[in-house]
Amino acid sequence: MDQSLKDLKLRVEAIVDRVEDVQAADPIAARLRDLGFVAGEPVRVVARGPIGGDPLVVQIGYTRFALRRAEAARVMIRVAA
Amino acid sequence: MSAASLQVALVGNPNCGKTALFNRLTGSRQKVANYAGVTVERKAGELRTPSGQHVRLLDLPGAYSLGATSPDEAITRDVCLGLMAGETKPDLLVCVADATNLRLHLRFVLEVRALGLPMILALNMCDAAARRGILIDRAKLEAMLGVPVVETIAVRADGVGKLLDKIDGELPPLSSVATPADLHAEVRHLIASAVTMPRRTAALDDRIDRWALHPVGGLLMLSIVMFLIFQAVFSWAAPLQDGIDAGITYAAAALRSAMPDNTLRSLLVDGMLLGAGSVVVFLPQILLLFLFILVLEESGYLPRAAFLLDRLMIGAGLTGRSFIPLLSSFACAVPGIMAARTIQDPRDRLATILVAPLMTCSARLPVYALLIGAFIPERTVGGVFNLQGLVLFALYVAGIVSALAVAYVMKLVRRDKAEHSLLLELPSYRLPHVTDVLIGLWERASIFLKRVGGIILTLTVLLWFLSTYPVAPEGFVGAAIDYSYAGRIGKAMEALFAPIGFNWQICIALIPGLAAREVAVSSLATVYAVSATGDEAAGQLLPLIAAQWSLATALSLIVWYVFAPQCVSTLAVIRRETQSWKIVALATGYLFALAYGASWITFRIASALS
Repeated sequence: MDQSLKDLKLRVEAIVDRVEDVQAADPIAARLRDLGFVAGEPVRVVARGPIGGDPLVVQIGYTRFALRRAEAARVMIRVAA
Repeated sequence: MSAASLQVALVGNPNCGKTALFNRLTGSRQKVANYAGVTVERKAGELRTPSGQHVRLLDLPGAYSLGATSPDEAITRDVCLGLMAGETKPDLLVCVADATNLRLHLRFVLEVRALGLPMILALNMCDAAARRGILIDRAKLEAMLGVPVVETIAVRADGVGKLLDKIDGELPPLSSVATPADLHAEVRHLIASAVTMPRRTAALDDRIDRWALHPVGGLLMLSIVMFLIFQAVFSWAAPLQDGIDAGITYAAAALRSAMPDNTLRSLLVDGMLLGAGSVVVFLPQILLLFLFILVLEESGYLPRAAFLLDRLMIGAGLTGRSFIPLLSSFACAVPGIMAARTIQDPRDRLATILVAPLMTCSARLPVYALLIGAFIPERTVGGVFNLQGLVLFALYVAGIVSALAVAYVMKLVRRDKAEHSLLLELPSYRLPHVTDVLIGLWERASIFLKRVGGIILTLTVLLWFLSTYPVAPEGFVGAAIDYSYAGRIGKAMEALFAPIGFNWQICIALIPGLAAREVAVSSLATVYAVSATGDEAAGQLLPLIAAQWSLATALSLIVWYVFAPQCVSTLAVIRRETQSWKIVALATGYLFALAYGASWITFRIASALS
């Protein structure tokens, strides 16, 4: 069952599976891949925003990014069992 | 000779220290801070290598990828590809990578290498990497990448020697290593072979972020920080201001008694000393404000604040990415509007540009401080808060709230449903360097004093002329200034501004205030000093207006300055950044309408209550 990064629980280790385009040649998806959201990369949600849990702070590689839920929804993940 | 000079460009991910390297290599003082997107324009500098080779060094905006998604990234892409008008293709690229963040930065290095230009990789922040126990096998990385790799520490004077030696040598041969299609796989391979990383993040970052990014704790921390700044700007600066004030009063009195009562004395004392002096008094407050801004910028906290406020700003039709451009606008709207280049979405960018003038820039601080000092009693509220500081805080909040409201209206008008992206990097925390902060403050102080000595003094003297000439004829009934050009202009304008409570002296001060907002203060000082009759020595401006203006007029003027579009440089930079006179007209029109409307309401209510 596919799970997206936006639903990942706080501070749970997961592995990126893929980034999905929500439209043809999705520039946001392309940028996410540039930033290191690629298959096999460990990822973790570090914090959630004060209103509606949006945006998220995500640790990918050695870097932290703030992503909105809509952006995080493109990142499909696997949670290590 | 330009033919003999080597064209070198610094490229790399945002916030890897390109500008710090640029400053170190060229002796420049371009702005550096700890967040992505400080540099949004290409900057050229010159240097000579130890062997005497002349180098033209180009500092470029940071980019995550050559597939640019924002105007600042496009500049970097165009220069690297030789497409930028007015720039030749660089002879050598110095690709800069943060040694603590190689997983992200090496991907861009590979992308740049594929351009096929001669290139050196500078591993910057090697000191920070060493502290975190990160080991990088430089020789191995060099062999695997096929390009020369040097270690640099841009923040240390001796940290760029190896880079200079490399630039000095023969241009490195083009890499013969083919770039594979999967850059990320290649980066992993490089890191696995040449980098030892004890843990993925700095332990300190994790600890601070637990609090700083906490939904409740983080917001609380942010409000305390912002609130403390305004309290400090008022309470800590006071003794220094009193000192400067006393100095100017003393000098004015000394000059007045030393010189005969003639036109020259009036020009020197009323025009120059009291006029320009009335602005210099605010130097301590401006420096305190910048001290806080500089420390916040260097610490890496600002992108965290942008994260906390993102949702709130979306609600208002902006984005978390607008936060840093808008915060820069507290210093001055001009760099703030330029910083909006880091916003990818053109609609978000336009909204940010249009509301940036509503952020209280430091040039408004003298006006606020003067009026608050004259009309708000110095009292302690609730045991700890300085009432004047509270009012100042409220004025800054008024600017922010109106910016959010204006952005919200724009969002309604354009009925925007499209998705906007955030994708904001949170850098590692850094302790601000004392010397960097001091240099930054020194820069601000000299910029401010140059403004005082240049445009402010010039306009003040001009205004003195206008308020002194033509000299009233014998037997003219009324004050001499009424007969002068300034008096007549002011009286003519009064018809328009009387409904919002401005007297003719304020009307005069509004005109030179177009060029620089602080001049409104010095102009008032001059106008009142010139109009002082007989032996009644014109003293300092503050007690004078406290005695002569009604509270309603003062409040109305304060409110006017929350909105007023009186700054030619801001309008000019809006024109440059948007390439549209229509947007300039829109900005001017809406700001003027808001200012007039809000002042009218304020004046009516305050008059009715008093």
